[in-house]
Amino acid sequence: MTEKSRLGHFYLFPLTIWSILFFVSPLIIIILYSFLTKDIYGGVIYTFSLKAYQSLIQLTYLKVFWFTLKISVISTAIIMFFAIPVSYYIARSPLKNVLLFLVLIPFWTNFLIRIYAWIAIMGNNGFLNQLLLSLHVLKTNIQFLYNPIAVIVVLVYTYLPFAILPLYAAIDKFDFTLLEASSDLGASRLQGILKVLLPNIRTGLMAAFLFAFIPIFGAYAVPQLVGGQESFMLGNMIARELTITRNWPLASAIATIITLVTCLGILLYIRSVRRSDEKDGK
Amino acid sequence: MSTYFIITDPFSTIVKEPVNIYDISMLGSSVGIKNISKNFGHFKVLSDINLEIKKGEFFSLLGPSGCGKTTLLRMIAGFDKPDTGSIFLDDRNVTDIASNKRKVNTVFQNYAVFPHLTVFDNIAFGLKLKKIDKKIIQKEVFTFLELVKLNGQERKMPSQLSGGQKQRVAIARALINKPQVLLLDEPLSALDAKLRKELLIELDQIHNEIGITFIYVTHDQEEALGVSDRIAIMKDGKINQIGTSKEIYEKPADAFVAGFIGETNLLKGSLSITENKETKLITEKAGSINILINNPKIKSGASLTVSLRPEKINILPIEPTVKITHECLQGQVKEIVYSGFQSRYFVKTKQNIMNIIKVHEANETRIRRGDKVFLEWEKSDMNIVEFS
Repeated sequence: MTEKSRLGHFYLFPLTIWSILFFVSPLIIIILYSFLTKDIYGGVIYTFSLKAYQSLIQLTYLKVFWFTLKISVISTAIIMFFAIPVSYYIARSPLKNVLLFLVLIPFWTNFLIRIYAWIAIMGNNGFLNQLLLSLHVLKTNIQFLYNPIAVIVVLVYTYLPFAILPLYAAIDKFDFTLLEASSDLGASRLQGILKVLLPNIRTGLMAAFLFAFIPIFGAYAVPQLVGGQESFMLGNMIARELTITRNWPLASAIATIITLVTCLGILLYIRSVRRSDEKDGK
Repeated sequence: MSTYFIITDPFSTIVKEPVNIYDISMLGSSVGIKNISKNFGHFKVLSDINLEIKKGEFFSLLGPSGCGKTTLLRMIAGFDKPDTGSIFLDDRNVTDIASNKRKVNTVFQNYAVFPHLTVFDNIAFGLKLKKIDKKIIQKEVFTFLELVKLNGQERKMPSQLSGGQKQRVAIARALINKPQVLLLDEPLSALDAKLRKELLIELDQIHNEIGITFIYVTHDQEEALGVSDRIAIMKDGKINQIGTSKEIYEKPADAFVAGFIGETNLLKGSLSITENKETKLITEKAGSINILINNPKIKSGASLTVSLRPEKINILPIEPTVKITHECLQGQVKEIVYSGFQSRYFVKTKQNIMNIIKVHEANETRIRRGDKVFLEWEKSDMNIVEFS
């Protein structure tokens, strides 16, 4: 070990302690708990068991997993659909600093308060109903809330900025003469975007996808508050198993599954970044 | 500057092996620019440009940065639209035709090679869009790889290529589409000097080989003078002069062209015609200089600007017998800059400093700083570039 790297390790020491204490050890505890036996009133008995994972194979749990995956994929797809043109526009705009600032403004308000704001908008006597009634589009109030669509709307709203920021960073670095070159060689605008722009910002696309998909896959508050009975996601199931059913190993097993899916996504991302770095000769 | 186009290396690949393997001749077209104007805000980028570029010509747009040459090129490519005026390819008005529909291809200053595609896929880009049979594409790509001397490099990524190689890819990528006009937007400016010379000569050879029209934008006069059939000198959105390299160098249309192309001594003064019909230029700093006046419009008393190229002046250590066709001034050497086969002398004649370039000869009398010398030149080498 050289003098320099020893010094580096020394500087990293507090950060390492922090990570181990608050990040690695809770994760290990969760994974350990998922292999233990449940105690009757919550907590665990320290005997090895695969029961939590076995019960996950039951149809009800698989249905929740499938529902969660569906909501996550749909929401992320909608987010990407909006994020790509929006970040393209921001990167090309002379007012990009102002626009970026606008994207960040929602972060000043607490996440839960923003969800309640959506309840105020979409509720039975909310702004949306009032507006549609006064425009005579509706005759009676409609319940917009407490269904999967409401969940998707609020999830898209919440995580759109997380996708816009990495995409903006990628598009901002993109050399736009490449699009002129493609047009010069006979490509239409759409062909230029598909064959030149998107392949060159693919690490940004991947990052945007993960930044949206990962938190949505573990969503708890949004389906809890605006989802109603039909919108039961993995996050809600963890909460139920932990607090009502008091099956801590099962809750831990679900959490472990979510972590695994997340890690898989990140691994794919790292691989794609490394591949494009190799292409760029780094 | 005269060293630029002399190839000193006898083993240079450029001279040894001209590209002449395939029949890659294409159909060029003429380009017409009619009354083109363009403003960016209040800034006049181009004002009323008119230009006729002939079929198969190597035409250069030369000027300092900000003169509008690149904007004009981008209009021919279809990236920018003129505010007024039209652009013709042959006799077809293409002003409103999008860049992807014009039979024109561009080589960009920063290469603009697609970083996510291999050399092969970069070159094949245009043909693949046209959904041409894969075997034909492959054959064509290899033909053009050979043309730009990138054989065997087709699998590399652009990041593995040098700047010169990237620009070769860009040239092949443009030419494979068989354009009628190839537009080159300062294609060599990002390369180092030696590579620039090599690629320039290759470009000239490619031009001779395929015979389409080349429009070459540059701020480098040596590049433009070396390969162009004709050159348009631009300044502040206007064309100052159009002509062959020789015409522009020998007969600059105005003081700007004279100063921009090569080096020159500008002499300003007023014309005086003596009783025995001798014409003299009375300058403030250099005194009275005999001058030939061929233009009857120039009357006695007119103020003139005269250009005299430094290499047209002979510098002599002893007084020559001055012929009637020549003019001679006496001066003192202030500074000598040695550059191998030639030297540059700054000679003070009265209050004026004259710039002289002289190629060294064997057994010449060496001239030193401070020496008294005589400057001699032919009167016909003095070009009147401005009068009023």
